[in-house]
Amino acid sequence: MADTTNATSAAVAQKGTPIVFENVAKAYGDTTVLHGINLSIEPGEFVALLGPSGCGKTTMLRCLAGLEQPTSGRILVGGEDVSPVPVNKRDMSVVFQAYSLFPHMTVAQNVGFGLEMRKVGKAERLSRVAEALELVGLGHTANRFAHQLSGGQQQRVALARALVTKPRALLLDEPLSALDAKVRVRLRDEIKAIQVELGITTIFVTHDQEEALAVADRVAVMRDGVIEQLGAPEDLYRRPETPFVASFIGESNKLAGVYSDGQVRLPGAVLPVLPAAISVLSEGGSAAGKTDVTAFVRPEQLRLAALPAAASNENEGLVATVVSSGFFGAHRRTIVRTDAGETITVQHGTGEQFAPEQQVKLSYSGDAVAVEAR
Amino acid sequence: MSARKIQKAPAAAVSGQPPAWLRRTILIVICGVFLVPLLAMFEFTLRQQGGGYGLEHWAALVDPENSRMYRNLVKGIGNSLLLAAITIAIVWLLFLPTIVLVHLQFPRLSRVFELLTVLPIAIPAIVLVVGLAPLYRIIVQMLGGHIWTLALAYGILVLPFAYRAIVSELEGMGAKTLVEAARSLGASWFTVLWRVIVPGVRRGLTSATLITAAVVLGEFTVSSLLNRVTMQVALVEVSKSDPYAAVITSLLSLVIVFALLFIFASIRPRGQRRLRSAAGNVSTTTAATATAAATATATQKEVGANG
Repeated sequence: MADTTNATSAAVAQKGTPIVFENVAKAYGDTTVLHGINLSIEPGEFVALLGPSGCGKTTMLRCLAGLEQPTSGRILVGGEDVSPVPVNKRDMSVVFQAYSLFPHMTVAQNVGFGLEMRKVGKAERLSRVAEALELVGLGHTANRFAHQLSGGQQQRVALARALVTKPRALLLDEPLSALDAKVRVRLRDEIKAIQVELGITTIFVTHDQEEALAVADRVAVMRDGVIEQLGAPEDLYRRPETPFVASFIGESNKLAGVYSDGQVRLPGAVLPVLPAAISVLSEGGSAAGKTDVTAFVRPEQLRLAALPAAASNENEGLVATVVSSGFFGAHRRTIVRTDAGETITVQHGTGEQFAPEQQVKLSYSGDAVAVEAR
Repeated sequence: MSARKIQKAPAAAVSGQPPAWLRRTILIVICGVFLVPLLAMFEFTLRQQGGGYGLEHWAALVDPENSRMYRNLVKGIGNSLLLAAITIAIVWLLFLPTIVLVHLQFPRLSRVFELLTVLPIAIPAIVLVVGLAPLYRIIVQMLGGHIWTLALAYGILVLPFAYRAIVSELEGMGAKTLVEAARSLGASWFTVLWRVIVPGVRRGLTSATLITAAVVLGEFTVSSLLNRVTMQVALVEVSKSDPYAAVITSLLSLVIVFALLFIFASIRPRGQRRLRSAAGNVSTTTAATATAAATATATQKEVGANG
């Protein structure tokens, strides 16, 4: 894949285009699905729109593509307001979740369709189609039909078809959702490699956080038609600004605690609270004094130790009983129950093993956590 | 070896293919059902006046001396072919874009549209004619009494069949996504219709076209009550004086329709030869059966009424 990418990069190289959403809203009748979205995407940036079903991420992408018209606001592509521009004149290619290859055309005809629409001469068309197919590693399938390809191959062809016209932006609407797990991961990495190679501005809609975190330069986490948080994948994971982001990105144990003075007291530990969470509490008037909160503690922020040895070395922590433990290849996950009845998931190395009903000591890494007023 | 056997057994069960002997039996029974009336008609046309079998009735049909007697029949056949062509044009140029538009742009109207398309089947033909008669008085005043105006009524009659055939293909091909993909690649609406939709619904469109031809060629009630000379109306007239000519003409029209059906069924674009081949065969065969049944029913009605 890398070889073919390098071989064709010079021919298909393109420049990214900046995209700006200015207060974009979209309503269907009485139902508003986008509430004044503001988002600025840098040229050549890879941005993922991540959120649960119905959060408005696909609508946002469709507004950009021209497949939907925003109710209000502007979308600027390369500084130009594209609101009045019809979809076929926007020069932005979309790859859909459903394999959207034209069934009566060969792979080469599918890929060449956009060039045909742009009245590109036959010789150049054939050459660019061949380049694009090489780019996705499917040069040998030019004369096949869609039904003769696997799902992953069909999406690669759709990707080649989207890229061959050298669009101003590449819009990916859950393109991996219909694929099986292994193909999904491989194609995800290939998409990222191609995007880096071509430097094309890319917007990737997905509900799969792992996909979003793996490929995007920045991720916009959406809920109920608003962007809850926009940031680099690591920021979202380590410094979630809202309880929703904390619970949606990655996995968190929701533990009851008491907040005061920038810290949260949990059973067996006092942990610092993330600044964003403190701001939210302040806005809600809950930062002063003691406030009952729910803390979001990642499974990898917790430690487990067999009881007798650990008890003698540490004062912090609390005693818990192992419920179950599972092997996940690179790590283990153990579920424990505290004396207060809380069930907590802990992620730890494969070297440590705990048996069901074993008494263990649970302790915290000390990293700051997100909290939400109860 | 044993592993291969184990794999084969569920595959055969999943495919649901009946055994070859059963398929052949079903095919023979179906062919028999269609062929027996045709053979009976053919046998009838060979009966000589003085007993025995011969081709005298077939020869009489092309005898120049009888041209006066069959003039109305020739005119009726010409009119029916013209009406079939115009009605097919209505299906292609009016119904197809409208159905696509409703399906893609106004899906909420689909239910209303579906209901409307059922009406021509739900309302008896005689009731339709009662409603159409005053309308045609106006049409005659505005456009003249030419036979082609009957195609407007025939358009209503074939709408249910055309709608079902085209919509099922649109749903099957995932038209919405394909259209959006084509549009985002720079295609105009006309290009989308011509390059993406029409090839995609080709089988449904073929079925719609053939059923339209069959309905128009077999239609009697509307044309008769609106005093237009079509093939079926002319056949009824001719059968009063020469039942052999009526049966020969019906037989020929059936054979031509069957031939057209099998020609259309055997031509598939190369991209669809293997794609959904089984579904395609079933669809085309269903259309063929429906078309043949429509024509045969109409023909048998006329023969029965006059035989």
